[in-house]
Amino acid sequence: MATILPTRQATAEVAASAAGRDARQGEFCATPHGNANITGPERGVTAPSARPGTGHVLLRQHLAGYAFFLPFLVVFLVAIVAPLAYAVYLSLFQDRMIGGTVFVGLANYARAIGDAVFGTGLLRVALFLAVQVPIMLGLALFCALAIDSGRLRWPRLFRITIFMPYAVPAVVAALMWGYMYGDQFGLTGQIGRALGLDLPDLMSRSWMLAAIGNMVTWEFVGYNMILLYAALRAVPGELYEAAEVDGAGAVRIAWSIKLPALRPALLVATIFSIIGSFQLFNEPNILQKLAPAVVTTGYTPNMYAYNLAFNGQQINYSAAIAVVLGLVTVVVAYTVQLATARRERAL
Amino acid sequence: MTAATETPAATGRHTATRPARSRRRGARSPALTVAMLLMFGYTVLPLLWLLMNAGKSDGDLFSTFGLWFGDDWQLFTNIGATFRYGDGIFLRWFGNTVLYSVVGAGGAAVLATLGGYALAKYRFPGRRLLFALVIGAISIPGTALAVPTYLLFSRIGIVDSPWAVLIPSLVSPFGLYLMRVYAADAVPDSILESARIDGAGELRILRTIALRLLAPGFVTVLLFSLVATWNNYFLPLIVLNTPEWFPLTVGLAQWNAQANSGSAGLGEATYSIILTGSLLSIVPLIIAFLLLQRFWQSGLATGSVKQ
Repeated sequence: MATILPTRQATAEVAASAAGRDARQGEFCATPHGNANITGPERGVTAPSARPGTGHVLLRQHLAGYAFFLPFLVVFLVAIVAPLAYAVYLSLFQDRMIGGTVFVGLANYARAIGDAVFGTGLLRVALFLAVQVPIMLGLALFCALAIDSGRLRWPRLFRITIFMPYAVPAVVAALMWGYMYGDQFGLTGQIGRALGLDLPDLMSRSWMLAAIGNMVTWEFVGYNMILLYAALRAVPGELYEAAEVDGAGAVRIAWSIKLPALRPALLVATIFSIIGSFQLFNEPNILQKLAPAVVTTGYTPNMYAYNLAFNGQQINYSAAIAVVLGLVTVVVAYTVQLATARRERAL
Repeated sequence: MTAATETPAATGRHTATRPARSRRRGARSPALTVAMLLMFGYTVLPLLWLLMNAGKSDGDLFSTFGLWFGDDWQLFTNIGATFRYGDGIFLRWFGNTVLYSVVGAGGAAVLATLGGYALAKYRFPGRRLLFALVIGAISIPGTALAVPTYLLFSRIGIVDSPWAVLIPSLVSPFGLYLMRVYAADAVPDSILESARIDGAGELRILRTIALRLLAPGFVTVLLFSLVATWNNYFLPLIVLNTPEWFPLTVGLAQWNAQANSGSAGLGEATYSIILTGSLLSIVPLIIAFLLLQRFWQSGLATGSVKQ
């Protein structure tokens, strides 16, 4: 069934393909913006000498291209490339009591690899990734399919409401849920007391990661739902017609047409979620104030890097941690992408 | 505007591409609706809790049930107290957030639009390499860059100033990627060629033709950059020390830290002020999303923003 869909590479062009299909649908809309006076296709044919591709005309176009790209490039170099290069540079030095800053090669990296706090933090976010991301994307997938099914009452209301938490800052989300979890004026405590139940303390050591997972799920289910829903909307209607003529039911259509069509969007959502999980910082950092004994300074790798640099004055080691964290993220994201691409080819 | 965009015709459901869908719409599934109502409840629960508790006094906060009104509804008293607290620092934070978001997101959208248009429509040497570089940057965890950014900015002396927040906000690799995809389809090559034959310069083509065609993509990138900068916490937390420059997120986190520091009675922020401040900080973005629905509803995944 999947073979009748337009085949696309699932690598870097993942979202581009989804975009391309949507864009084509609306192409007729792109032109009626008052350009009719200059849009004569016959004129391009009658004056071939002035077409791009000749001499100084081409050079002028190249220069314009560079000029338009330049502002982005400048900020890109200042805000991304330079800090990255500086982090790598810093990570090769150590600040010593005696002798000041000295070049130590990869010593900071060797230390990072053997660092139990860093290792535990990485394992923690890996566990988070393995549990929270499938739950979140599963819910998002269910919501997107439900809204797209045409069998749901008030689809628009659900679409808007479930997306809303995306507009709530992670800080505010963490404060709300953190207070709700708490025992002072928290909702769990109130419900537990009202029902006479001994509900678990969500801010305790054994529940904290799940509590953070719930916050992140709440924040991003709607975002991923819209991402997947937009991809569903791009499925050509003829596919559904053909499936209905063949006698396929709603579940069968969802399984055989919609899920394959959602693969690229699901991959994009997965990659973003992987990056987000490894970066986990805002929620645990806020919760640290509410449960300092549970959320330690090295709870996530990012919190560790932050606390090393700003509370421990270990700037060089912190830079090495940041670089290793970035590398791990890129490797995992890239592996997932490659694995998906290979599976697509095998089909 | 909102009403018009939400009619079925405008969302494309009833256009020629999907006749089968509209016919199937009749058979509703109660089970599906119930399941989605559960999701709806989950989504609304913390927001309802926040709304209820932002209207309570500190006493009611502890003595009344979280999902219902307290004994007094004093939201407006709390709002007043929030704005008065600490010599009106909340308003300052609000202004800072607006400044960072509008300048940062606006700039990011402009740069991404220009850059994406250049990459999609000009075949200058090196463009593939530049694009690959930017795509690579998408997968670099932004927060992994934050500590080095702080160190670099402190070298050149712009730490603890608005520039330290604004400059990193101006670059959006994902925005550039979206705009390149979008520009490739939204601006037909034939129009550009005709305009050149008519003697229009590249800048004039950009101004009079391309920008108009790119506008929907621009708004989408703007909206999502706006969320990113409005909600930004890690970077400002690192690069700013002076409370006068804090955005709302860092300010609220600081109030929370004060309230939980245990030094009760020393003029620290109270929970009701934090809750009211939290509520106030999410209202503008929610309004923006409700007003600009047609852009995010179809435009999130990619450049698919055309209606």
